[in-house]
Amino acid sequence: MGRVTAPAPLETEKTESAEEVFAVPEPDVPWVTIVHNDPVNLMSYVTYVFQSYFGYPKDKATKLMLDVHHKGRAVVSSGTREEMERDVQAMHGYGLWATLQHDRK
Amino acid sequence: MPGHFEPLPGGGAAVALDEVEISIIRSLAVQLLELIGPGPGEDASDDPLAELFAEGPSEPPSDPVLKRLFPDAYSGPDVEANSPEQAEEQRAYSAEFRRFTENDLRAAKRENALTVIRSLDTLSAVGEGGAVLKLSAEESEQWLRALNDLRLAIGSRLDVVDEEDTDLLYRLPDEDPRKPMVMAYLWLGGLQETLVETLMS
Repeated sequence: MGRVTAPAPLETEKTESAEEVFAVPEPDVPWVTIVHNDPVNLMSYVTYVFQSYFGYPKDKATKLMLDVHHKGRAVVSSGTREEMERDVQAMHGYGLWATLQHDRK
Repeated sequence: MPGHFEPLPGGGAAVALDEVEISIIRSLAVQLLELIGPGPGEDASDDPLAELFAEGPSEPPSDPVLKRLFPDAYSGPDVEANSPEQAEEQRAYSAEFRRFTENDLRAAKRENALTVIRSLDTLSAVGEGGAVLKLSAEESEQWLRALNDLRLAIGSRLDVVDEEDTDLLYRLPDEDPRKPMVMAYLWLGGLQETLVETLMS
């Protein structure tokens, strides 16, 4: 599956840090946290994590878990880059395989 | 068959374990601790500030188990870069994420494994019939994560990368050298499954 890139990468000097690049506000391009399928993680455990960490109701948590299971991945949250890094770190803490990226839209 | 967690009134969970089961879980948790390694500064200096400001690694671990426990945050399966520049950008972001999160993640996973070992060690007076392990709600949560990490570690060692691999494990002949590890993997899965149920009930 190809990845739709973010808007044209900002031209930067080699000396410029990544923080400075992302200090540019991009309100229309939110970030998303994606959980990837993993044959080891139990379906019940993944549902539990979505309920207890994100506070999602059981129906939504179950649907997201099934998306991960059948489609290989699911977007589980969206927001700023900082918020998504926090979610990805939390998912790694639970042992779920998560990444963040710019939304495809 | 024992090895099933049951909810305790008022929160928490309990499971009956025999001596062999206790020693298997304990030994796997110790191996996981050794694999995750000591925290930053633990073997370096007495300066608490040094630990506070210690940065984590920026490169992914070479060990496949550690790579699975601490995956890249900006690139994953089916997330392919469209250009060398984008690939470089993903690498740089993943490295930065790792520097600022991996030490904390390692510390949390160590703490969960230590909780498992400590709670098993309170069961030292194990009789012939084994013992009943009782966990508080908080310990249950730590056990749940530790059991998952153990299964990820074993799954990675057994090369479980898709659903079909799991199916194959069920059909391994008895003489296969991987059989004992597979039995432990499946048994831990049952333990984790019943522990999740106690937390969702």
